[in-house]
Amino acid sequence: MEMLGAIVTLAGSILLFLGALGILRMPDVYNRMQAGTKATTLGSILFLAGISIGHYECGCFGKIIIIILFVIFTNPISSNTLARAAHFAGIGLTKRSVKDDLKDDDIENRGEEK
Amino acid sequence: MKKGFLFFISLLIVWILLAGTSQQEIIIGAIVSLLLTIIFFSKATIFSEFNLNPKAIFYFLIYIFVFSWELIKSNLDVAFRVIHPTIPINPGIVKVKTKLKSKLGRTILANSITLTPGTLTVETNGEDYYIHWIDVTSEDIEGATKQIVSKFEKYLEVIFG
Repeated sequence: MEMLGAIVTLAGSILLFLGALGILRMPDVYNRMQAGTKATTLGSILFLAGISIGHYECGCFGKIIIIILFVIFTNPISSNTLARAAHFAGIGLTKRSVKDDLKDDDIENRGEEK
Repeated sequence: MKKGFLFFISLLIVWILLAGTSQQEIIIGAIVSLLLTIIFFSKATIFSEFNLNPKAIFYFLIYIFVFSWELIKSNLDVAFRVIHPTIPINPGIVKVKTKLKSKLGRTILANSITLTPGTLTVETNGEDYYIHWIDVTSEDIEGATKQIVSKFEKYLEVIFG
């Protein structure tokens, strides 16, 4: 049981590490946010699940489930807010980008005029 | 009344998960949950948008499975792009439309989109979502909507009406 918990925790740590590597390697804010949101969500979930499996005798499954739900609900909201703020602040996309509908529609400036 | 019962049950489940299953804890938790339900139920609007028929509950369970699968796929997808030597990305911000009317449904849809492969909700404006897509494969609104939104929308439409 402890072994299984250790393996799950290791898988979670690898995903967290890849998330950190993604933040270093990706070319612009938005792609970094992608790596920072996704790899870390499953990474945190596996990490916490591994702890609850490895220390099953402490009876902390319930608390771990609450923490996992909290991560699932808040992680996308925070990344959405950060990406939105970055776009409002005028940080452009990388040159490899194909298109930017949000800039073309210009709804940010329309909001300021009201 | 049915929704008040749902409110009470959710409060009690959260309490049991936090405090464990000893008898004293459950009794006190039930009393406090009941009081909170009576005091605050008329002001809590979060459950008023759920449909509570058997079909909706069945779709909700399917939705949880679809969502978990997409979450795992998205994590492996991003991890693959990160360790690939040339970083195979083709990013852009696309606009998609949703058919959902309820506010809670739209929130959950936006969060689901953020956690699925290569997409990140940047801005919402009524029924339009602006989505940063790490690998743009179709540039018009219809194609992007079909690829990003449809797989969740068909379940959420039944759940939230």
